[in-house]
Amino acid sequence: MKSLPPRADQLGMIRCHICDLVFQPAEEPGKAVRCPRCAAAVHRRLPNSIVRTWAFLIAGVILYIPANILPVMYTSFFGNGIESTITDGVVSFWNSGSYGIALVIFIASIAVPCAKFLILATLLITARKRSRWARLERARLYRMIEHIGYWSMLDVLVVAVVVALVKFRELATIEPRVGILFFGAVVILTMLSAMSFDPRLIWDDEE
Amino acid sequence: MNDGPNLASEPHELRITPRRSRPSLIWLVPATAVLIGLAMLMHTWLSEGPRIAITFQTAEGLTAGKTAVKYKDVTIGTVSSIDLSSDGTHVVVHVSLVKSAYSLTHEGTRFWVVRPRIGMHGVSGIDTLLSGAYIAVDSAKSGKMTTSFVGLEDPPAVITGMPGRSFLLHTKDLGSLDIGSPVYYRRIQVGRISAYKLSDGGDGIDIRVFVDSPYENLVTTSSRFWQASGVDLSVNAEGFRLKTQSLDTILAGGITFDSPKHDRGTPAPEQAEFVLAKDQETAFAPPEGPPSYIQLKFDQSLPGLSVGAPVQFSGMDFGRVVSLDLDYDPDSERFPTIVNIAVYPQRLGRVLRKLPDAGDIQGQSAAPHSQFLGSLVERGLRAQVRPGNLLTGQRYIALDFIPDAPKVAFDAEAMPLTLPTIPSSYDQIGDRVASILDKIDKMPLESMGKRLDASLLNLETTLRQINGQVLPEASKTLKQTRDTLRGMEYWLSEDSPTQQSLGETLLEVQRTSRSLRTLTDMLGRNPEALLRGLP
Repeated sequence: MKSLPPRADQLGMIRCHICDLVFQPAEEPGKAVRCPRCAAAVHRRLPNSIVRTWAFLIAGVILYIPANILPVMYTSFFGNGIESTITDGVVSFWNSGSYGIALVIFIASIAVPCAKFLILATLLITARKRSRWARLERARLYRMIEHIGYWSMLDVLVVAVVVALVKFRELATIEPRVGILFFGAVVILTMLSAMSFDPRLIWDDEE
Repeated sequence: MNDGPNLASEPHELRITPRRSRPSLIWLVPATAVLIGLAMLMHTWLSEGPRIAITFQTAEGLTAGKTAVKYKDVTIGTVSSIDLSSDGTHVVVHVSLVKSAYSLTHEGTRFWVVRPRIGMHGVSGIDTLLSGAYIAVDSAKSGKMTTSFVGLEDPPAVITGMPGRSFLLHTKDLGSLDIGSPVYYRRIQVGRISAYKLSDGGDGIDIRVFVDSPYENLVTTSSRFWQASGVDLSVNAEGFRLKTQSLDTILAGGITFDSPKHDRGTPAPEQAEFVLAKDQETAFAPPEGPPSYIQLKFDQSLPGLSVGAPVQFSGMDFGRVVSLDLDYDPDSERFPTIVNIAVYPQRLGRVLRKLPDAGDIQGQSAAPHSQFLGSLVERGLRAQVRPGNLLTGQRYIALDFIPDAPKVAFDAEAMPLTLPTIPSSYDQIGDRVASILDKIDKMPLESMGKRLDASLLNLETTLRQINGQVLPEASKTLKQTRDTLRGMEYWLSEDSPTQQSLGETLLEVQRTSRSLRTLTDMLGRNPEALLRGLP
């Protein structure tokens, strides 16, 4: 892409992530470069970005399995207790006609995490290859997953709120189950994964 | 874009490909995730309990994935799926149990669905109205492990491990008893019926009762059980009898037991067998032993004699009427009644032991038995229908020795044995009454009536006369008589002048007679004095 302006890296410049100062670092090998204005550690590219992102992503995918298999919630009405997984919840809401709620839960807790896994994996692979393919779209995708990341916490929040609300002793109680813990961990890990990915890698050419 | 600062000041390239001798620590994160995931997998795999299949007639109230399986009210599993059996006759409920429930999969473990039930013995399973049905478990203590069970349609009355004892009762008729029917001892509920089934031959019912601790020792070797079911209204030769237990047994039935006062016995062992009698009287009756059947032939109709009527021997209840049939005798062109009776020789008890020629009555062979009967017939044993209760018209059959009964041939080989009969005393009375009625019929009742009428008219006039004339006169006469009597009383009283003068007169007469006696004496001695005078 000849038309692209030169990158800060090519000009020997570094931008501080914290205070946006653009400066030319003094080359001292073996020492972390610090921002002359705010003394934050600055990097040309996030160190080990791809490896770290991969690690978080894989951990997230692994924990996503128990999050879906294990029950996330125990509801008991009149002594008749049921443990339900996220999928059960979606199915039962859909069957009982609450399509809206079913859809929200489905998007927040199944579609979004899966989309994040796929998008991050795609970004990582292409960044690794220094591919020039659809750079703009990839950058947009990255910004999207950064934004929707915490919405996946919706589920955890719902369970937390409902558990706190529904406490009618014998009549009805709702308790959290271990699955929701895994689900929260998945959300956190995918967010960490997205954070540790350096979007500037998208624009790096193979020299 | 401007050229910016000169970059040629650095001749060498900055980018150094670092040699990665060791992986970054960041890989600990997915490694941890893998470990946790594996741990969870292992945990689920290890805590995976046995999977069993239970067959039921119906899956009413069961929901796959929801219905719990509870043992002692602890949830030990859930129904994972419900299928129809391959032949479509029942449902197969697949249950995944928790690991700790592995010991419950012995053969013989019982499963039943707890639903709300309303029966004669109360209401159960009300909690399932809200929570939905669940499958309850009663574990068997031993047996080999299995994964397929046949569920019970009704909850068992007795749960394994309950303190108490089971007994077997044999009966001919279940009555209003059912599983769960109470067992009473002196009207206190001490147990209940846990199961019943037809006996192997199909000619009776085996009832299993369970008596709870601490009452199990009340059941002794000499205990008698009888039905307390319902109302026993019997009309028999003794009249009406209405016997009832408490109100709830009238509604729901039950079993009562007791021991004879003189013979308490020792506590009965587990699974001891008893006979369930139909009422208390039967329960405490001496043992019947095997019945012998005897045929009786009566030449008259027998109104008031019914099947079940008692047969008495010397006033003892000895058997009962089994059947009544009408027969036709072409010779006499009459319709005799054939009565079959069952008698229980065992009821005679001590009589049997004392009779020298009673023979082996308990034996299966009929020969000595019938010979013994033959000797009794020889001595005048006859059957007779007698009125038992004039109010209800019930009759019974009496076997008795008739002193001057005509001799009858007795066939000891006949099957069934036939006893000679004599006409019933009731019929003799009837004959006499009939002849009296005949005589009455022959009387000239009409003319007698007319004459009686005329006589009555005469009597009326006579009475009128008596009333009008005779009675006043009579009263006058009576009055006079009374006056006369009063006068006489006056004359006869001690201080009346009459009495006085009479006394004086009598004294005078005394004196006179005395002087007369002296005179006669003197004259006796000296008769010449009459002529000569006294010397």
